[in-house]
Amino acid sequence: MALSHLAASASRSSSILKPLSSALSLRRSISGDNSPLTVETSVPFTSHQCEAPSRYVETNPKELLTFFRDMALMRRMEIAADSLYKAKLIRGFCHLYDGQEAVAVGMEAAITKKDCIITAYRDHCTFVSRGGTLLEVFAELMGRQAGCSKGKGGSMHFYKKDSNFYGGHGIVGAQVPLGCGLAFAQKYSKDETVTFALYGDGAANQGQLFEALNISALWDLPAILVCENNHYGMGTAEWRAAKSPAYYKRGDYVPGLKVDGMDALAVKQACKFAKEHALKNGPIILEMDTYRYHGHSMSDPGSTYRTRDEISGVRQERDPIERIRKLILSHDLATEKELKDVEKEVRKEVDDAIAQAKESPMPEPSELFTNVYAKGLGVESFGADRKEVRATLP
Amino acid sequence: MAAIFQGVGAAAALSSSPSNSFDSKKFVSSPCRSFSVRKGASFAVVRSDGRVNLNPKGGRAQQLISNAVATKSDSAAAFSSSKPGHELLLFEALQEGLEEEMERDPRVCVMGEDVGHYGGSYKVTKGLAKKFGDLRVLDTPIAENSFTGMGIGAAMTGLRPVVEGMNMGFLLLAFNQISNNCGMLHYTSGGQFTIPIVIRGPGGVGRQLGAEHSQRLESYFQSIPGIQMVACSTPYNAKGLMKAAIRSENPVIFFEHVLLYNLKERIPDEDYICNLEEAEMVRPGEHVTILTYSRMRYHVMQAAKTLVNKGYDPEVIDIRSLKPFDLYTIGNSVKKTHRVLIVEECMRTGGIGASLIAAITENFNDYLDAPIMCLSSQDVPTPYAGTLEEVTVVQPAQIVTAVEQLCQ
Repeated sequence: MALSHLAASASRSSSILKPLSSALSLRRSISGDNSPLTVETSVPFTSHQCEAPSRYVETNPKELLTFFRDMALMRRMEIAADSLYKAKLIRGFCHLYDGQEAVAVGMEAAITKKDCIITAYRDHCTFVSRGGTLLEVFAELMGRQAGCSKGKGGSMHFYKKDSNFYGGHGIVGAQVPLGCGLAFAQKYSKDETVTFALYGDGAANQGQLFEALNISALWDLPAILVCENNHYGMGTAEWRAAKSPAYYKRGDYVPGLKVDGMDALAVKQACKFAKEHALKNGPIILEMDTYRYHGHSMSDPGSTYRTRDEISGVRQERDPIERIRKLILSHDLATEKELKDVEKEVRKEVDDAIAQAKESPMPEPSELFTNVYAKGLGVESFGADRKEVRATLP
Repeated sequence: MAAIFQGVGAAAALSSSPSNSFDSKKFVSSPCRSFSVRKGASFAVVRSDGRVNLNPKGGRAQQLISNAVATKSDSAAAFSSSKPGHELLLFEALQEGLEEEMERDPRVCVMGEDVGHYGGSYKVTKGLAKKFGDLRVLDTPIAENSFTGMGIGAAMTGLRPVVEGMNMGFLLLAFNQISNNCGMLHYTSGGQFTIPIVIRGPGGVGRQLGAEHSQRLESYFQSIPGIQMVACSTPYNAKGLMKAAIRSENPVIFFEHVLLYNLKERIPDEDYICNLEEAEMVRPGEHVTILTYSRMRYHVMQAAKTLVNKGYDPEVIDIRSLKPFDLYTIGNSVKKTHRVLIVEECMRTGGIGASLIAAITENFNDYLDAPIMCLSSQDVPTPYAGTLEEVTVVQPAQIVTAVEQLCQ
């Protein structure tokens, strides 16, 4: 078995150089190694006003296995959130990201935690890819103290300051000027980092986007605007909302790139390219061609404006996890069983996190008034009976 | 508290207690030089009777000048214990405050329409672009929604932008950003982000500027949780509040008034700030409490002259802090006089006065001898014709009549 493994992968990888001992071990570690691997993306990139990057993506077995694990985790997390919502443990709005996981993992693979990401309300998976824990996710969704925003934000307000994840915004399109502001701050501090401001195809028609793009291009800000085009703005298909659904061209004088958003490696390549571009030449637009299996949110069945055949068709042909699974299996980086074990592990992780989150208490009533203002003196908000009269500011 | 102030007719009151003089030298000696946030800044809490409690960490005695210089007369006597200071106009005071803060902290930047090369449409940012460069004084295109959003995004990372709306009315276009992102982010992120932004601009009814350029946005913004609103009225408090607003970790909306930019006053040379949440006692009195802010303060002081001649003793308080209200100062005054008159420039419906009436009634109902009277602008778009515009806004004669009615 070991010999056939070597023979099969001889043409693509340099695993011939791998020590025989690891090849012969009965229980090969699933974490893979760092030997380089080159994979071709499924579709070439289409570009606007710039040179498209190469279709051949550098990766390695470790990265592919990490992709698989992370995407499986995200998928499981979103499905679990679906059940929790139906069990009325999650209330209000819950926008699920399953189907679009490749964008989150591919982007993260191309950048560092010093680069900023800001997105809209479909933020659970982006939060996790930025380093958020499952406990924080589920606790926040259920409104508990252990949540990332202490239970006060909810599904649409996940933030992680220490890894530069700026949320989590409910109003469509409003996060794009914020993202350009982040890019401005990066330029101001001369950080050599970039900001990815994500928005959807529905938000692409917002005026503030073009205003922010104009200013970013004028001031040469390292802003990368990423349109996650899942082809539906809630119930409205893109052809019914946009005269020109070529979102990557909408920037006009700003270069753009259209990427297959269901291919994590293509996303990684595009984000790497975009980061280099933005640091030198200012803003760039990336359009990720992706798809969401769930409806817009939990209150939307998702089948009134599209056919079930369409959904299952995309799931069959373009599912991001299946793509990575096929890649891993064809390169013999892991066996079918090992991947199934990963999925089982991930499922257990999610279940454990949910159980732990359920035990977390609801916020204290006094928490209602905390964090309204930033106060140095421990006073949360003023009333008629405040004792201290005046304080000097630093 | 009464011991601190001396009523001197219609002129300003001043603290004579030497312990209240502001020792600025120790304060200025350690400006913030690095990018990192100064944690554990020492501060002092000044009790209402003038005693100062120092915090355990810091040793600096930082006290505030508790006087209020309102009228032009007699300002030389105001600073008997410190240097005479220098005279300037209100917009110059704002510019001085901005400049000093930009020197002190490299994270402070200004963005707005025509603030850079043009020098600002009301000259508040004049000369700053030359001094600090294009990256710190930014000319934006006419895109309020996005550049306010950008200011907020930059503030999330720790920069301290000062966003100018050329006229406050234009900020209606940025309402979503101000309400949802500016006001609420500190809360919805569970305290992870603070938004130390200052959004400033001139508002209020000017001289025949027309309906759309004479808006009073304080009434629209007052409900937004998480923001602070202040209105300046004199060069002294303009500079002090501007500096405090920039140093505050909270988003502050700073209301200036189009007609007050050319007020002249003598202000101290040394570094000082005014407390953002505190009201200013303009003229202590016994008979009635008149609460006002911004331009109406001058109408009230003019009416006060007439009232004093008629034998009344009004207590005039410039509330300055529109959100949150300084119910402490206001409450003490109500307890003393038992009668309240509010004079504001907002419209009758849903204005600052309306909220203030509710707040005072809720908290101090037992101390009131008469229902609170509120004089506000008429609920109409401000007309262009001069005579009509005059009637839209509260005039001193109406204030005199109202006080007479209240004190019957």
